[in-house]
Amino acid sequence: MDAIQQELLAQVAGLHEVPEGAYNIRANGEMAGRNTTANIDITTKEDCPGIDIRIKPGTKSESVHIPVVLSQSGLQESVYNDFFVGEDCDITIIAGCGIHNGGSAASAHSGIHRFFVEKNAKVRYVEKHYGSGDGSGERIMNPTTEIHLAEGASLEMETVQIKGIDSTARTTTAKVAEGASLVIKEKIMTHGKQYAETDFTVNMAGADSSVNLISRSVAKERSRQIFRSRIVGNASCHGHSECDAIIMDEASVSAIPELTANHIDANLIHEAAIGKIAGEQLIKLMTLGLTEKEAEEQIVKGFLK
Amino acid sequence: MLELKNISFQAEDGGKEIEILRNINLTVENRFVAVTGPNGSGKSTLAKIVAGILTPTEGQIFLDGVDITQKSITERAQMGISFAFQQPVRFKGITVKDMLSIAAGRETAVSEVCAMLSEVGLCARDYVNREINASLSGGELKRIEIAMIMARKARVSIFDEPEAGIDLWSFQNLIRVFEKMHAETKGTILIISHQERILNIADQIVLLSDGRIEKVGSREEIMPALLGAGQPCRTLSDKLIQ
Repeated sequence: MDAIQQELLAQVAGLHEVPEGAYNIRANGEMAGRNTTANIDITTKEDCPGIDIRIKPGTKSESVHIPVVLSQSGLQESVYNDFFVGEDCDITIIAGCGIHNGGSAASAHSGIHRFFVEKNAKVRYVEKHYGSGDGSGERIMNPTTEIHLAEGASLEMETVQIKGIDSTARTTTAKVAEGASLVIKEKIMTHGKQYAETDFTVNMAGADSSVNLISRSVAKERSRQIFRSRIVGNASCHGHSECDAIIMDEASVSAIPELTANHIDANLIHEAAIGKIAGEQLIKLMTLGLTEKEAEEQIVKGFLK
Repeated sequence: MLELKNISFQAEDGGKEIEILRNINLTVENRFVAVTGPNGSGKSTLAKIVAGILTPTEGQIFLDGVDITQKSITERAQMGISFAFQQPVRFKGITVKDMLSIAAGRETAVSEVCAMLSEVGLCARDYVNREINASLSGGELKRIEIAMIMARKARVSIFDEPEAGIDLWSFQNLIRVFEKMHAETKGTILIISHQERILNIADQIVLLSDGRIEKVGSREEIMPALLGAGQPCRTLSDKLIQ
């Protein structure tokens, strides 16, 4: 791996060296490293690019890192990764993609991640997206996440895109069975002429299922964002979604929530707020000695923390 | 020392110019000065003009002899003016510790945060990592606001109605905070208040009425007049005698 790829790896996975536990590193479309453990097996798919990650039932406190880095300008790829998480597991999965584009051709990565989480298993899934490089070629990332939660399973997904991605369409679908719970925390910051679109569809299929979707975003300069969420309550369930956005400069943000209750005991709530930084917040921080610009940075930093 | 010279402030209301402050001349030298007066007398406007949030239509402001009239909010803050809002501002994602660090102008240790919060009757354990958002009550926010001003150790600290929005239980505590501040401060405290118990701590009281300074004096001079002003009218007092 070269220095650029190592920097990308550090940004998306916080990795400065080979991670502990199971991992699979993909660099410029090729496998750049893999490790399996007694409980976690990783195999290459035969019919399409991508890997299968199988985690044995009852595996606790283990982690899987599957970062992807692209530094070759003009590379476009679609990768299919499937996670099979056995019953009663308690594990952390860290994915993420970094693109460095120093050329003029568009680089694109589409990661299609499917999660099959068996009964009572607990998964924490962290996904970071990062772009760098001063080439005119676009850095495009289109992650698709498909989540299947069996009875009593839970998954908490943290997805972060703070810098450098020109265009992104993120699609997440989930089916939540009886007693299962899903939490998604999304943080996005766009600048320049970037475009980010997120689309969540959650099917609350079982009794006492719950979902909490929290999106916080900041749109700067002339960037655009669209947030869509659909929660369908097909059983007694609790569904909550929240889209909170700060717009700055000439940016634009749309929030399009949709709630459907098909069951009398489906409790669904959506909250959305879009607006510029409140003047009184700036003034408060300025009376503490910060300049207007520093105050703005503090507010954005806190908001996306 | 803070000096206001010929400060006037006009604002537009429904196309009509209204005078909120008229020709205010005031020198604040004492350690603890209270500004009081009826609602609408211009007290909060005066505080905001000193902090730089509002610009006076006329007049000049001096801090230790330096004309700060044209200085921005940030510059004034850096020169040593501190301002506690009447209605504290909420921030998503910024914690109590973050805010106290910003106020102190450096990263603060948990032990320092603990010391600052205990001054205003809060236990750090419950608050250090709490966000300054809607999950905090008005009284809690108010106390954190006061802790921030104390953390700044500024030359001039202005409090705009610290008692507003505080429940009776917290109020007892608040009085103690200000009594302690009066005893320990090395700077000047300018406090806008309606509360007799706060006015009772003041070295000097400024009575504002209808945008003008009606009276300035020690609490012995001002308090009797203030309390007297609340006397009922003839019709009512006659009935009370019966």
